[in-house]
Amino acid sequence: MNGDTSGYGGLVVRNDPIAASQRPFGGAFDSIADAIEAALPNHAQVITGVVIDRDQMIVQVQRDRLLEFVRVLRDDPALRFEVCLGVSGVHFPEQEGAELHAHYPFLSITHNRRVFVEVTAPDADPVIDSITSVYPTNDWHERETYDFFGIIFSGHPYLTRIQMPDDWLGHPQRKDYPLGGIPVEFKGAQIDPPDQRRSYNK
Amino acid sequence: MTTFNDSEPTVAQERETSQGRIFTVQGNDWDELLHDLSSTPAQERIVVNMGPQHPSTHGVLRLILELDGETVTQARCGIGYLHTGIEKNMEFRTWTQGVTFVTRMDYLSPFFNETAYCLGVEKLLGITDQIPERANVIRVMMMELNRISSHLVCLATGGMELGALTAMTFGFRERELVLDVFEMITGLRMNHAFIRPGGLAQDLPEGAEKKVQELLDMLPGRLKDTADLLVDNTIWKGRTVGVGTLDLAGCMALGITGPILRSTGLPHDLRKSQPYCGYETYEFDVPVQTSSDAYGRFLIRIAEMFESMKIVQQCLDRLKPGPVMIEDKKIAWPAQLAHGADGTGNSFEHIRQIMGTSMEALIHHFKLVTEGFKVPAGQAYVAVESPRGELGVHLVSDGGTRPYRVHFRDPSFTNLQATAAMCEGAQIADVVAAVASIDPVMGGVDR
Repeated sequence: MNGDTSGYGGLVVRNDPIAASQRPFGGAFDSIADAIEAALPNHAQVITGVVIDRDQMIVQVQRDRLLEFVRVLRDDPALRFEVCLGVSGVHFPEQEGAELHAHYPFLSITHNRRVFVEVTAPDADPVIDSITSVYPTNDWHERETYDFFGIIFSGHPYLTRIQMPDDWLGHPQRKDYPLGGIPVEFKGAQIDPPDQRRSYNK
Repeated sequence: MTTFNDSEPTVAQERETSQGRIFTVQGNDWDELLHDLSSTPAQERIVVNMGPQHPSTHGVLRLILELDGETVTQARCGIGYLHTGIEKNMEFRTWTQGVTFVTRMDYLSPFFNETAYCLGVEKLLGITDQIPERANVIRVMMMELNRISSHLVCLATGGMELGALTAMTFGFRERELVLDVFEMITGLRMNHAFIRPGGLAQDLPEGAEKKVQELLDMLPGRLKDTADLLVDNTIWKGRTVGVGTLDLAGCMALGITGPILRSTGLPHDLRKSQPYCGYETYEFDVPVQTSSDAYGRFLIRIAEMFESMKIVQQCLDRLKPGPVMIEDKKIAWPAQLAHGADGTGNSFEHIRQIMGTSMEALIHHFKLVTEGFKVPAGQAYVAVESPRGELGVHLVSDGGTRPYRVHFRDPSFTNLQATAAMCEGAQIADVVAAVASIDPVMGGVDR
């Protein structure tokens, strides 16, 4: 998994992302954190961590407290994140117990700033509360993330596939799902499915 | 039970299903359908499946409309017909190769896709400040020209869908002028892959500035002709005023951005509120309307095209010679393109240097092109103001030479959710006007 397609590199250089940040966060992030703490008395149980990375604030939230948290994000005057910009799933098969990540970007037009919320769920129980009751815009976004990652957004009014056909098996953007295709025979020559071709092999 | 009649293909066909009788109407057979319906007990409702192959649905969009007479009681969208798995494919290609994929997402605004993606990669690399000035100016210039061409298509196809065919011919004719400029600068009318992580694929060719200036001299008159056709046109106003309304609260709840949001009176534009590529140094206005309807969105798009021309003129004025790719040789694409007798390719000097004089340069070129550069682990979300609203990119890197995850928050995808809110309770003909005013591009919706 070193991404080397030349066939010559054996050296793997990896660095881990920032795991957690401590106060002071710097910039406007402290005022966002202050507002969250003021609006949410039980914030210690709701928030599991904060990451400040590349000038972005990512708040990690307990998955069963997500709905309560985003309601505060939207309604508290000091926060007022009016727009949710959907949800993006990420699959980390090696993170045991937190294989599935859901990343929610929020935008406050009032205060002109952004915050990101991250929730994790294990593969064995891929359930995250739907936030469509607070942000109706996430209707299609949650359907898309369900379609591609198999995250079940409980409370969603109509959680069905949106991009793939209704009878599709599997969730294509998970890491254990191969990159498409079946072997194709064309004029006697066999063409391997894409994930088995040399240039695609990691 | 099927009663298909192969010998008379133009006759309405019907079949019984568990959901009731289903008719397949093929044109010129509406009379037979009504006759069949009138001979049976009154139907409670009619569900019409419009699309995905329909000239008025703005691409392969499927609309499922429940009708009571001419009134739409429920509107639902079916999407996914253009899903190509771009996001998944990108995980198997280098960061630089990703540009070739994203440019094909929302195919009417390729430069916005490319810029948003490259800004994301540059943010992950932490090199946002090192992008050369000239590259940024050209990025802005291409994006604003692209905004004009994209709005022209919206106008053209929207006009066609409402029967204003001259608007279509005018719109596509003017768009072609812009695409000629794109072709001269990037080599392609669409799907350019011109903006790359770290800068641009190549510098402007000789004579490009002159061609852009000629375009800027010609466009205002042409655009005014197109606008004059429609702005005070009684039929056009009759079809769009008060149609497809969505107020500010609706826009906020549904996450709507772009011209639809600005038609409610909120001047939200990321180029002003969270500038990128140096937008804070350009002078332009954010057009706003307060009618919250299809006509207001039309006026905004017309005004935005004139604002874009102002920005392009400023870009031309400040274009100074200089590099268009980042200096860092560990990221900058090593190829030095030049025009030869057999077309565009690597420059002779570069080939001579890596093949003849420097083994290290050859290895470096080879490694960077085949393997690509490494991007530090982490994630980034970057957004730009595309012609349709906030185009967001969520990138995740695991530290390797390929994206771990790429997600595009395409404005068409989100805005299309407003179809039900805009259409329910309106007439079926207004559905076409409302969807045209959303201006969804299915390549971006489905990716």
